[in-house]
Amino acid sequence: MRAVDAIMECLKAEGVEVVFGLPGGANLPTYDAFVDGGIRHVLVRHEAGGGHAAEGYAKATGRVGVAFATSGPGATNIITPIVDAMMDSVPMVVITGQVRTDLIGTDGFQETDTLGITMPVVKHSYQIRWPLEIPRAIHEAFHIARSGRPGPVVLDIPVDLSRAEIAYEPVTDLHLPGYQPTIEGNTKQIRQAAKAMASARRPVIYAGGGVINAEASEQLFEFATADRFPVTCTLMGLGGFPALHPQWLGMLGMHGTRAANYAMDEADLICCVGARFDDRITGKLSEFAPHAKFIHIDVDPAEISKNIPAHIPIVGDARHVLIKLIKEYRSLDGVQGSRLDEWWAKIEGWREKHPLRYDDSTDAEIKPQYMVEALYEATSGDAIVTSDVGQHQMWAAQYYHFNKPRRWINSGGLGTMGFGLPAALGAQVGCPDQTVVCIAGDGSVQMNMQELATCAEDKIPIKVFIMNNGYLGMVRQWQDLFWDKRYSHVDMGSYPDFVKVAEAYGATGMRFTDKATLVGDMKQALATEGPVVVDVRVTREENTYPMIAPGQPARDMVG
Amino acid sequence: MGEPGTKELLSLEDLEAAGGLHTGRKHILSILVENQAGVLTRVAGLFARRAFNIDTLSVGPTEDHNVSRITLTVDGALHPIDQVTKQLHKLINVLKIRDLEPEDTVTRELALFKISVEGPQRAEVMQICEIFRGKVVDVTRRSVIVEITGTTDKVEGFERMVRPFGLIEMMRTGEIAISRGRGET
Repeated sequence: MRAVDAIMECLKAEGVEVVFGLPGGANLPTYDAFVDGGIRHVLVRHEAGGGHAAEGYAKATGRVGVAFATSGPGATNIITPIVDAMMDSVPMVVITGQVRTDLIGTDGFQETDTLGITMPVVKHSYQIRWPLEIPRAIHEAFHIARSGRPGPVVLDIPVDLSRAEIAYEPVTDLHLPGYQPTIEGNTKQIRQAAKAMASARRPVIYAGGGVINAEASEQLFEFATADRFPVTCTLMGLGGFPALHPQWLGMLGMHGTRAANYAMDEADLICCVGARFDDRITGKLSEFAPHAKFIHIDVDPAEISKNIPAHIPIVGDARHVLIKLIKEYRSLDGVQGSRLDEWWAKIEGWREKHPLRYDDSTDAEIKPQYMVEALYEATSGDAIVTSDVGQHQMWAAQYYHFNKPRRWINSGGLGTMGFGLPAALGAQVGCPDQTVVCIAGDGSVQMNMQELATCAEDKIPIKVFIMNNGYLGMVRQWQDLFWDKRYSHVDMGSYPDFVKVAEAYGATGMRFTDKATLVGDMKQALATEGPVVVDVRVTREENTYPMIAPGQPARDMVG
Repeated sequence: MGEPGTKELLSLEDLEAAGGLHTGRKHILSILVENQAGVLTRVAGLFARRAFNIDTLSVGPTEDHNVSRITLTVDGALHPIDQVTKQLHKLINVLKIRDLEPEDTVTRELALFKISVEGPQRAEVMQICEIFRGKVVDVTRRSVIVEITGTTDKVEGFERMVRPFGLIEMMRTGEIAISRGRGET
C-alpha cells in the first residue's frame, strides 16, 4: 500500500479518532489518504489553531492529540502549540510534511528545518529517511508522547517518501532501550514518606498537573482524606482535588489564596505530587517554605531537586505512587489525627480572615470576578472551561470552582495567548456531550479567532465568553503596580466589534453589559445552538488579587 | 536581584554575580548514544538551552556499530551535575551516562602543534618534544608539527613550553576517557 495509507492504518491502530490540520504542498499525499482513510479530520484555519485544538482534545480526554501541518510555514505556525505542549506535558503527535528528499538542504520552496527548529522543544522527534521507517516511527511517537511524562513528538515526512509503495505490517514490538520511564515508585521511599506524613504537624499536599495526567485524582482524594491533610493545587492541577471539599485550600502561587500560600510558608512537611516548584509557585526561592521538608513525587526524575532539594524523592507516576502511599499510610499504627488540630485552627483562621474577595459593583457594572461566578452558576459548575492567558485566566482559576479533573484547560507553563478558543474547539470535539466554554480575554481571543470558522463549519458548539476590558489587562496591571502606572501600549481600544466578528464567522454574537441579568443571559447563550461568542463588558481597570509580587516571598502577599 | 518584570534597575555587577563565575571540579561524562542522525545535535542543543557549558567534547564509534560514545567535560560547580545527567537521560537516544571518577579513569587527548622554528630553536623544540614523548610529524625549513598524546595536563604543559617559540596553530581533540579495570565504562 502507499506509505500514506499505512499512516492512516497506524493512526487507527493507535486509537486516533480525529486529526486537526491544514493541508499544503508537502502533505498532499497524506491528505489524499484522508479521503477514504476512515479518520475524522477537522480542517482548521491556521496551524496554531490545529495544534492548540489537539492540546485541548488531549487535555479534555486524556488521549493523544494529533495535528497535521505542511512543511515550511505550516511547520513554523505550529511551533507555539508544540512548545506549549512541552511546557504543560500534553501528549501530542504532530506530523509535518517536508519537501522531497532531493530538495532537503537546498532552501527549496516551503522548506524549513522542522527537525532542527523543534528539537529544543519536543519530547522527541523523527525525520523519516526511508519509507519503511514510517510505521515504526509513528508507533514509537505515540508511545513516547503518552507514556512517562507526556509531551509532544514531531514526525517530519518528506513528501516523496510518503508517496512510496510499502509492504505494511503492523508493528507490535517497540524497542526503545534509552526510554524506560519509571512508573512504580520505590516502596522503601514511599514507606518513608508515609511515616513522615504521619508525624508531620503542619503538612500540606501540593498537587500539580501530574495528578491530572496520571488520572490520579481519586487516589489524591483518598490519600488526603486518609488523614486530614490540607490540599492545594497548582494552576495545572485544578480539579485534581474537589474545590468544594473542606480540606481544599484553594490554588497556590502568585495569584493563589492566602490560606494556601501561608500554609506552604509555615508547613513543616510538603508533599509535592506531580508539580515542579515553578517560579510562579515559589516566589522568592530562597525564602520559599523555610520550615518545610519536602517529599517530591514526580514521573520525571529531572524535576526532583531541580529547584528545591527533596528530602524524600520518589520517582514514579502519581497514580501508582499514591496507591502505594495510601496503603502504607493506612498500615501505620498509632497515627494521631488530633496532631493536626492546631494546624487546622491556624488554616481556618487564615481562611476566615482572608477569603478570596472583591468589591462588587452596586450598579449594572459587571466585575470580572462576578462574571466568572455568574458563569459558574449558569453552567452549574459543570462545564469544561478553557481560558487564554492573563487576568481572566487567573480569575477563572480562582472563581470557577473545579471539582473534577480535565475540566480546566489552560496554558500554564508557556502562557500562550490565543490558546483558549482552539483548545475549546478540540475539547468539544473530544467531549461532544459536554458544555465547553472558553473564558477569553479581549486581547488573547484575537490571536486565534479564525477558528470560529472551523467551529461554525463543523458545528462545534463552543461558547466563548470574552471578558472584555479593552486592555491587555495583566500587562496593564503590572504597569500599574510596578511601573508607576505609565501605561504603554496596553489599551486595545474599541475594535473589533466581537458580535459582528462572530456573525461574520457564522457564529452567534451577543453582548452583555448588565450585571442584574447576567446569569440569565449566560444561560440563554449556553442554550443557543452552535458556536456562540459573547462580548461581556467588564470593569476596565480591575486588578487580580491577591498577589505575590514578583521576587517576593509568599508571606508578603498583597491585595 | 530584581525580577525582570519590575522597574528596579539592574547593575551590571548584579548581573555578573547572578551569572556565577565559579569554578569547580571537572566532570567527565561518558555517554553512550544510539548511532542515529541528529543525536549529537540533541545532546549539544540540550547543553545550550539549559545554559550548561561544554568544555571539551569528543564523539566516535564504539565496538558496537549501533552505538556511539560521546565524552564530554563540564564544570561541576557551574552546573549541578545531577541536573545535567538527569536532563541528558530524558533524551530518547541516550542509552547510558557515566560521571567518571578521575582517579579510576584513564583519559587521553590528542593534540597537534604547528610551531615556528628557525635555526637553533629547532633543537630546543625537539628536546622539549622528546621530554613530552611527542612525535614530529612534519618538518619544513621554518616550522615543525608535533603530535602529543596524553592527559589534558600534559597537553597544556607542552603548550606552555612551546608557546614562546611561536605557536602558529594548535588543534586538540578533546578528552576521551575509559574506566580502569575489567568493568565496562
